[in-house]
Amino acid sequence: MSEKISRRAFFKISSSVAAGVGATVGGMGAAHGAAPAEAGRATLPYPAKAIGRAGAIQAGTPLMFNYPDAASPCAAVKLGKAVEGGVGPDRDIVAYSTMCTHMGCPVQYDGKGTFKCGCHFSQFDAEKSGQMICGQATENLPRIQLQYNSRTDSITAVGIEGLLYGRQSNVL
Amino acid sequence: MADRKDRVALPPVDAQKTNMTCHFCIVGCGYHVYKWPENQEGGRAPHQNALGQDFRKQLPPLQQTLTPAMTNVVTDGNGSRHNIMIVPDRACVVNSGLSSTRGGKMASYMYTPNGITQERLREPRFYAGDQWLDVNWDYAMALYAGLAKKVLDKDGPNGLVFSCFDHGGAGGGFENTWGTGKLMFSAMQTPMVRIHNRPAYNSECHATREMGIGELNNSYEDAQLADVIFAIGTNSYETQTNYFLNHWVPNLQGATVDKKKKLFVGEATPATRLILVDPRRTVTLSIAEQVAGKENVLHLDIEPGTDIALFNGLFTHVVERGWIDKNFIVARTKGFDEAVQANKISLDECSRITGVPVAKLMQAAEWAYKPKAGGGLPRTMHSYEKGIIWGNDNYLIQSALLDLVIATHNVGGRRGTGCVRMGGHQEGYARPPYPGKDKIYIDQELIKGQGRMMTWWGSNNFQTSNSAQSLREAVLKRAQIVKEAMSKARGVSPEQMVDIVYDATTRGGLFVTSINLYPTKLAEAAHLMLPAAHPGEMNLTSMNGERRMRLSQRFMDPPGSAMPDCLIAARIANAMKAMYAAEGNTQMVQRFSGFDWKTEEDAFNDGFRKPKGIDSQGGDTGDLVTYERLKVMGNNGVQLPAKAWDGKRLTGTPMLYTDKFDTDDGKAHFKPAPWPGLPATVAAQKAKYAFWINNGRANEVWQTAYHNQYDEFVRGRYPMAYIEMGPGDMEVVGAKAGDVVEVYNDFGSTYAMVYPKEDMKKGHTFMLFGYVNGIQGDVTTDWTDRNIIPYYKGTWADIKRVGSIDEYQKSVSFKNRSYTG
Repeated sequence: MSEKISRRAFFKISSSVAAGVGATVGGMGAAHGAAPAEAGRATLPYPAKAIGRAGAIQAGTPLMFNYPDAASPCAAVKLGKAVEGGVGPDRDIVAYSTMCTHMGCPVQYDGKGTFKCGCHFSQFDAEKSGQMICGQATENLPRIQLQYNSRTDSITAVGIEGLLYGRQSNVL
Repeated sequence: MADRKDRVALPPVDAQKTNMTCHFCIVGCGYHVYKWPENQEGGRAPHQNALGQDFRKQLPPLQQTLTPAMTNVVTDGNGSRHNIMIVPDRACVVNSGLSSTRGGKMASYMYTPNGITQERLREPRFYAGDQWLDVNWDYAMALYAGLAKKVLDKDGPNGLVFSCFDHGGAGGGFENTWGTGKLMFSAMQTPMVRIHNRPAYNSECHATREMGIGELNNSYEDAQLADVIFAIGTNSYETQTNYFLNHWVPNLQGATVDKKKKLFVGEATPATRLILVDPRRTVTLSIAEQVAGKENVLHLDIEPGTDIALFNGLFTHVVERGWIDKNFIVARTKGFDEAVQANKISLDECSRITGVPVAKLMQAAEWAYKPKAGGGLPRTMHSYEKGIIWGNDNYLIQSALLDLVIATHNVGGRRGTGCVRMGGHQEGYARPPYPGKDKIYIDQELIKGQGRMMTWWGSNNFQTSNSAQSLREAVLKRAQIVKEAMSKARGVSPEQMVDIVYDATTRGGLFVTSINLYPTKLAEAAHLMLPAAHPGEMNLTSMNGERRMRLSQRFMDPPGSAMPDCLIAARIANAMKAMYAAEGNTQMVQRFSGFDWKTEEDAFNDGFRKPKGIDSQGGDTGDLVTYERLKVMGNNGVQLPAKAWDGKRLTGTPMLYTDKFDTDDGKAHFKPAPWPGLPATVAAQKAKYAFWINNGRANEVWQTAYHNQYDEFVRGRYPMAYIEMGPGDMEVVGAKAGDVVEVYNDFGSTYAMVYPKEDMKKGHTFMLFGYVNGIQGDVTTDWTDRNIIPYYKGTWADIKRVGSIDEYQKSVSFKNRSYTG
């Protein structure tokens, strides 16, 4: 009898935790709020989120968006030259989190390929996968993985390389 | 996908929590180490994790730095696996929760068999003819102690040569300087010892100490209180990061003005100014201009090696203007008039030598020394590092600088002043007195064929000495003689091997041992490697640049049979003692006694806490400090010298020389320092070669890159030592960003990766020092000052393009490292 009660209690606790998580993520507007430890996969359940048309992004002017949820600001930039992992017709569009990996201050795009943090002066190279140019971070700038649909010219964010500042996991 | 690093394990609320002072740069930021079983994780709610943070939602900026690099999984000796997390301590007055790019990676650099640190030495290794083999400590000791004894008995102590650390932090600490020092100086009694970063057994601060002023005489808080910070040859954002960010920057931003007003009642508090002496526009300069405004930053971009003339010019000028403290000079100093005469240089002459316009020199003097509104002298903190320590020449620059500082009363107890080294490593010196009378240029002795047995202990001069190529060539050649003899030995006992090795040393051979965390470049020469431990694997005490002593607590086992350096020293001493005991040599048994240490704390109690008869940074009150008391004091520790233990707290000393200086008469002694010009050896290179090869450290790289070389974050950033060059000079050489160039002169040849720097002066370069791939020291001259301190910063060379490496072009950023807002 006691075993049954404890098992029932266990399931009750589990489901309330799951509901809690779902509510939090739902509140952030993310589509995929499953718990990270989903069996059968080794990656987090990143949502796919359209961020805009490639043709609308001007060189030097970042397109701001949030990914994977409303609390995580990101920027897509058009570099003007093709880079590894770049998308769009010119393979020159890349995107990064704009929270510095050091302590979460907003990084600013200088229009010339560099993201700069005004708090402790870390700088990251948008043309070299977010490599820290100089600074106090221990991680390069998290890169948002993008997919490009040439038929519609649309760009979709589909994942993140690197841990976002201020999170235990990229997917809340 | 596994290395995507997009999540970390959180420490549960009951995770073990210990203190760790960052073991890299001198600043010694406070961190906490969390350790918990691998199969457990804390929850995301604040009451479910030891950090007390709410990870169910995005944390706001500056709340808590926590990155994958700050985590790891380690295995203890009993096979149990644990998560660890090492994060900065907000309550530590040094860093207030800030982490640097070096300290923030401490967790990554703890041993794990399949991680960054997998190349760590786990067991002693012996070079058996043509390959490295693991051996046990008994075998290693039979060979090492047996050979050391034979050399000592047959040739005396001078056959035993060492290059050893003398500092705190990793590869150092009071425990380990004592253990190694007691072995070398009391037991072996050899004077044939050099220090890790310079080719003799000497101080980096002879002049200032002779003048009665130790080089760490104020607190980091004084940088918050200064009216002016006069920084000479120090690039503190990159090399003393959180001292700069947490103490200089708030002052430069005006954020400490209330604190100043409270402490200095009725005194003017003008906008804080920074004067920075460096031939190069450094990253620090660029940031200072951002935070203080360009109008409050003065860059004195002197010609290389002209610091002495600069300080003599300023000294002469302020004396003429009367911007000095006459009462202080009369009451607390000696030798003022002689120094004024000896150092006299007009501003015009000073300008001609240094290349700095007279107007700028006058502005510097006005900012730093002209009485403030209301009449008080400005509080000017002078800080310096390798631009002076490795400058032309160490002894005279320090004399010239201190003359200026003493005359203007910027040392001797006024808060907001001080004349301090910024520092490299933390400090941690406690040793018996050095047994030699004169300073011995050890590298030259090795090159000349002296010594039979060379031990590099926590040091790697193949990468970090001056004229390093000559040293490597000589050592490799001599080591090869021993290797060939060893390779011919078949089926011999360790005792027979000792005889074989000794015989080879009579034919010019040198037996080389490296005691270290990793094999390092020395493995190319070594015959024996002994595995050492670092902070976290042992309890270790050090003090930082404000003499703040902390205990970094052991929280995991070292890999394999690696052990703390002090216990390695004890093992060697005890092995030799047993050999002498077997012969009934009671005199030598006595000399090798006193190493009955079970733990590093035993070594600490034997050394640092001994109040008399040793050279110790703990002074004569070291006995007040215990491990238990340091645990109570946590990451804030105590500033040495300790003053008292009241049963609950240790009290220390924030500022030195408030009453008297460290001389026999208690007065500060001026020291004449006439401008000597460039040394002839260096001037010859300058006349012959086109480029000044300035050199130094980079923010992301610690020391010889002994950890960093395995870490893609750093290795990927700098696959080779970089050399900064201006666009005009790159065109002359025909090199573009990322190209590999050869740098060569009369002393050697090395390679570097070209890094463009728009604002670099024509004919000037800056090369990363001490790196594992591209060794700058190869082209440094063998010239030293009177105390055998090299002029590392002063060499000239030619540069030739070698070629281009596609991968460097593709993956390495060559964007401006300075911060331009």
